[in-house]
Amino acid sequence: MQKVFGRPEALTEAPTHYCPGCTHGIVHRILAEVIDELGVRERTVGVVPVGCAVFAYYYFNCDMIEASHGRAPAVATGVKRVLPGNVVFSYQGDGDLASIGTAEIVHAAARGENITVIFINNAIYGMTGGQMAPTTLPGQKTTTSPSGRDTARAGYPIRVCEMLSTLDGASYIARVSCTSPANVARAKRAVKRAFEVQLSGSGFSLVEFLSSCPTNWGMTPIDALRWIDEKMSAYYPLGEYKVPEGARQGA
Amino acid sequence: MAGGLANKASTDKVLMKGNEAIAEAAIRGGCRFFFGYPITPQNEIPEYMSRRLPEVGGVYLQAESEVAAINMVYGAAAAGARVMTSSSSPGISLKQEGLSYIAACELPCVVVNMMRGGPGLGGIQPSQSDYFQATKGGGHGDYHLIVFGPASVQEAADITCEAFSIADYYRNPVMILGDGALGQMMEPVEFRPVEEPELPPKTWATTGARGRRPNIITSLELEPALLEELNRRLAAKYEKIKRELVRFDTYKLEDAHWAIVAYGMMARVARAAVDKARARGIRAGLFRPISLFPFPYDSLARVAEQVRAFLTVEMSMGQMVEDVKLAVLGKRPVHFYGRTGGVVPTAQEILQALERIIQNEAPQNANGAWQKEGDAGAEGFWATGGFN
Repeated sequence: MQKVFGRPEALTEAPTHYCPGCTHGIVHRILAEVIDELGVRERTVGVVPVGCAVFAYYYFNCDMIEASHGRAPAVATGVKRVLPGNVVFSYQGDGDLASIGTAEIVHAAARGENITVIFINNAIYGMTGGQMAPTTLPGQKTTTSPSGRDTARAGYPIRVCEMLSTLDGASYIARVSCTSPANVARAKRAVKRAFEVQLSGSGFSLVEFLSSCPTNWGMTPIDALRWIDEKMSAYYPLGEYKVPEGARQGA
Repeated sequence: MAGGLANKASTDKVLMKGNEAIAEAAIRGGCRFFFGYPITPQNEIPEYMSRRLPEVGGVYLQAESEVAAINMVYGAAAAGARVMTSSSSPGISLKQEGLSYIAACELPCVVVNMMRGGPGLGGIQPSQSDYFQATKGGGHGDYHLIVFGPASVQEAADITCEAFSIADYYRNPVMILGDGALGQMMEPVEFRPVEEPELPPKTWATTGARGRRPNIITSLELEPALLEELNRRLAAKYEKIKRELVRFDTYKLEDAHWAIVAYGMMARVARAAVDKARARGIRAGLFRPISLFPFPYDSLARVAEQVRAFLTVEMSMGQMVEDVKLAVLGKRPVHFYGRTGGVVPTAQEILQALERIIQNEAPQNANGAWQKEGDAGAEGFWATGGFN
């Protein structure tokens, strides 16, 4: 009998702790499939954040490092400079990357650090219970913006892909979602391209996932995906923001 | 100078700044990765590394902050490299979170702190006011760095060179605790060949899980009993370090009645004060801790059997003096004289402080002299009952 679907080798058998309807699981699988397809599992080192993905080192079947909050790009830089022949990725949420770790992500991109960043944007601090994030949409209710994010007081969400695309060192920047099979397929192509950019030594690559948090958004999993399509994608348009010369294919 | 040094026989003496000697010694100790950020008075270390490391196939990288630099050190150490960063007091404060993670994950690295006056932004002149931060942990959680306080350019070079194998052997961060004067002054230095202990291969390093199970480097443990176990394991390692790494030096202490305790550059001045005292017929001697963690408690306790009193001298308002008191355990009086903020006590001032003690009078409150025991400002709002 032919096996047509199985667990990627780059994922362990550990059951994840993620909430039902959370898209971390899909993103993990995409990442693992790409690592398998590129045949780089045994030379991959992942750096995981503080946040919901803090235990991701139990789920990826490759060498993993747990970084302090926001510092994953700096830790990944240290690894990559020592092991330039290895594949190094960081996996970070929006509080981690777009708030406390803005300096690290901006400068890793500016240096053209040859690493791949997987950025999970779910517009909220998930693990700590749903506080306002740097990516929380205007008017969005969270536990620390109970009447909705008031831009007059709390300012505006940060569009990470657009910001990093202005940097010469950034080589591949894309925003994707996992709200439909078609979007999952596009997301996987983007992740693969990001890893290929790293393998070719072309510099910094980042893929932002508009991700769901049904638990803290107070929605069903299906409503959460719909909210990504209708609200988040309007503020954070999907697509490839920066592609190395000659590599543009249209995600 | 770097190119010339590379071609020199290792036994040749050269005249170098302390900061540059530390950088060269680090390379000779196997350091191939350096992540830095500018801050006075340690800039010669990153500057030297930026031109010298590429010559030996290493990597110098200027980070965007001290925070990023220590986390790059964390990544490089996790990948199995010999790696260093350097900074000065305010920058070292910024590295404390990273150092806590590095210590928790038992990763080897070397960190140089060329102390300047604090608190806050402070000044840029030499100081020893980061002793507590360096020796008692510094960041959050129960951990220790291995800390050395060299007193000359030669000693700084020797210790820095050796620090990398010490860090690898104990899987623990090592701090070279100097001050602005040590970093800036020039002295003859000889780069001696390093003798390394037998070190186990770094099988724990995250280098890619080729033909083995994945390695995970983390300090997260949500199960209290398991986190306690980690802390017990670390504590056992610190006990081993206390048994094996204590280093100190003495000067004219054999027949001394009065022991001056000082480390680093301050010990150089204290040594001159001992000579001045001896010239006046005062039987003074010097005890100089070289390892600050582990602190030479036992050896200092033995000195307490012999001398009448201790005078601890520091470029701070009194930090190491607490360890001296812990060592002496009340058997003898422990006095303190310190100048701070970048002011360096002179040998004459130390001698005067010693003479005051000998005359059995409390140090006067002039020119930085410390208050006597129990003289904590009793006129303040809180001392007089606060809101009551």
